[in-house]
Amino acid sequence: MILINLIGLALIVFIVWWFWIYQEKTVEFDDENQVIKVASGIYSPARLTLKADQAVKLSFLREDESACSESVLIPALGISGELALGKVSQISLPPLPKGEYAFHCQMQMYRGLILVE
Amino acid sequence: MDKLKQNPDKRHQLIIEGAGCASCVGKIEGALNRVPLVNSAVMNFVDRSVTVEGEVCVDSLIQAVEQAGYHAKVAKGQSIQESQDEKEQADAQYYKKLMAHSYFALALGLPLMFYGLFIGDMRVSSLTQQFAWLVVGLVTLGVMLVSGKHFYTGAFRSFKNHSANMDTLIALGTGTAWLYSMVVVLAPNILPEMARHVYFEASMMIIGLINLGLALELRARGKTSAAVKRLIGLEAKTANVMRDGREVKVDIAHVQLGDLIKIRPGEKIPVDGIIVEGYSSLDESMLTGEPMPVSKATNDEVAAGTLNISGSLVFKATRIGKDTALAQIIHLVKQAQNAKPAIGRLADVIAVYFVPSVMILAVITALVWLNFGPDPVVAFAIASASTLLIIACPCALGLATPMSVMVGVGKAAEMGVLIRNGEALQTASKLSVVVLDKTGTITQGKPLVTDIDLLGEHSKLQVLSLAASLESGSEHPLAMAILNSGAEASVSLSPLSGFNAISGMGVEGEVDGLVLLLGNQRFMAEKSVDIDAHVALAQGYAEQAKTPLYFAIAGKLAAILAISDPIKADSLAAIQALQARNIKVVMLTGDNRVTAAAVAKAMAVDEFIAEVLPADKADKIKQLQAKNEVVAMVGDGINDAPALALANVGFAIGTGTDVAIESSDITLMRGSLSSLVDAIDISQATIKNIKQNLFGAFIYNTIGIPLAAGVLYPFLGILLSPVIAGAAMALSSLTVVTNANRLRFFKGSAAGEKL
Repeated sequence: MILINLIGLALIVFIVWWFWIYQEKTVEFDDENQVIKVASGIYSPARLTLKADQAVKLSFLREDESACSESVLIPALGISGELALGKVSQISLPPLPKGEYAFHCQMQMYRGLILVE
Repeated sequence: MDKLKQNPDKRHQLIIEGAGCASCVGKIEGALNRVPLVNSAVMNFVDRSVTVEGEVCVDSLIQAVEQAGYHAKVAKGQSIQESQDEKEQADAQYYKKLMAHSYFALALGLPLMFYGLFIGDMRVSSLTQQFAWLVVGLVTLGVMLVSGKHFYTGAFRSFKNHSANMDTLIALGTGTAWLYSMVVVLAPNILPEMARHVYFEASMMIIGLINLGLALELRARGKTSAAVKRLIGLEAKTANVMRDGREVKVDIAHVQLGDLIKIRPGEKIPVDGIIVEGYSSLDESMLTGEPMPVSKATNDEVAAGTLNISGSLVFKATRIGKDTALAQIIHLVKQAQNAKPAIGRLADVIAVYFVPSVMILAVITALVWLNFGPDPVVAFAIASASTLLIIACPCALGLATPMSVMVGVGKAAEMGVLIRNGEALQTASKLSVVVLDKTGTITQGKPLVTDIDLLGEHSKLQVLSLAASLESGSEHPLAMAILNSGAEASVSLSPLSGFNAISGMGVEGEVDGLVLLLGNQRFMAEKSVDIDAHVALAQGYAEQAKTPLYFAIAGKLAAILAISDPIKADSLAAIQALQARNIKVVMLTGDNRVTAAAVAKAMAVDEFIAEVLPADKADKIKQLQAKNEVVAMVGDGINDAPALALANVGFAIGTGTDVAIESSDITLMRGSLSSLVDAIDISQATIKNIKQNLFGAFIYNTIGIPLAAGVLYPFLGILLSPVIAGAAMALSSLTVVTNANRLRFFKGSAAGEKL
């Protein structure tokens, strides 16, 4: 029984570490041809670094049919876009000051972060 | 037609079909580069498009691609309508797929569930049973892989990326139930006899029900964008363009700026423009919500999407494609539909931590059952942990706010109210003071001659014609009023000579050989015109906030003209409707006190402030805010910009599509105050709807999760079945979307009262 409890606790620790503490690696976003894939509940890449004060276009390729994935929101900038299924959709970002900007779907199941440096 | 399609610049964009692998890129680029005069061909494999540069004709490019073994077509900018159609098609396909998956899983799951409930026992106690259940277990695995594959692949891929979502919960819940059941089947001996229960029907039913829920939710979601779809449907597909003196029907995408476009009665205006020929009345209700047709003549603007009712028109295209008012409105509404009012923020934060938290809760639940539960502990632990994983629904929480905003903002747009952001939506629902600008908001903002008292032998039309002729040389606001009224009465103007304007007094001049004088009392006294008998009449007008002018023809008083800025027909009703909603109404104006007082009295506003400079308007807003009032400012969006910006919510009011949409939080396109009441009502209804949704979602999860964990078991012996959990989960998000759809039936109260 002790063993089972320990396994349970270990599982909890693992969940906390895996989903919350672990930091995904960031991808430098300097090429406008780079495409963010939207499939199976994740943006890949989900963490992008951009240069400050430069307008860029983010390209999204939506492969997930479910309606959840159809919109991308960047609440801090008041920007939102609709993603067509199976096609590249672009979202234009104005030149941004340094900071972190979260982007996500309507329900926050898809989540990503833009780091402006 | 074909000539029009030819791309005059040197750049062509083609869409390639049949390119399956990255190695095709080289072949296609090579084939295109070999076409004479092609400078470069670059393919983007991701969206299967090639950009070709060079002075070549498109046909030869397509031919080259075909020869290389692929198909190509010219990529043209997608109209909003086309992308909408495409989206609907994709959704319809997805719906069919979900339904098929659901039927398959339910068709196999239901009989098994009935068997377990009414006929047999879901236990493994003999070798025959062991074999029979093994077959069922393998069938279940088949169902899970066919109907539920997307849950498992989704769960696995997001797990790899350190993220968890609804798929994770479903995959874990059904997976645990299946794995446990397989252990029971394959190695019953390692479990106590009481625990040898299988849950295959649960896995199948859950997958069937959740697919069904997703399908129904998709269908309900489609309805949430009905308002935008209606706007998109307003776009005309073709336009009759005058080219080389001939009328040519062209695709709307090929209309150029400056094109002359012909419109017949009953046709839709394809792009924005200015009328150069003809007059007609147009139905603009689709854009502005204004039910009355609007008359238009040369130099008036027409807006894409509106309907020409009576006459034929020729107009010059001034805004096309994405720049038309209609396209901008669609864009704005779509943006605003994704906005989040602050009220939804807590749900957002919860949604982020939701899934891993539920997983932790499931582990804790299992541990508690294992440590303290009754026998068979393993079966109880597994069943309640998987029920908990299934019943917890992040979707209901996540969808609560966005779905209501989608419908609410769309509905508002249908009524000519453009809400720009979530903040405005929420604040508009709890206003305590509305500050109205008088000119152009309560009144029409266009002074007219409202009364003519004839005092000599000249007729009304003669007086108006002479007065308008006299004023044709002046740019004074009062002169504009007389000219406007003259134009409305279609009087003809005669040449004017010897014009002289005496500041603060009046004007004089000679028309048709008659010496004319138009001005105030002092002016008449100075020119020795006898007005004594009529001074009281003129003063009466002054008390009604009208400006009286004496008009003398050949030295004799011929008429008194009263000029005022007429009050809009529904202003009073709208102000009363605001007051009925416990909102204080304050009127601000740059006008003099007497005029302001008269309007304020007629409108029964709670407070008015006259002779305010534009900059002081903002100060007034600040003062009100200092008293903890939630203040809305309603103005024309141009002169009132600082006050609009400072107010908690700025409403720009304008007639038709020429409103400065950018300058405010909420734009009232109908140009009447009744739409302000509509805007406030729809905001309140939307926020109420969000609250209902959030409440429902919170309650659902806070009751469902403990129930599934078995909190009631020690007291009442109640434990949820995983199948019920699956049904509840599917229903929870469907309920949220359906509740949001109720907002579609919202009716504008003020507009209704008026009509």
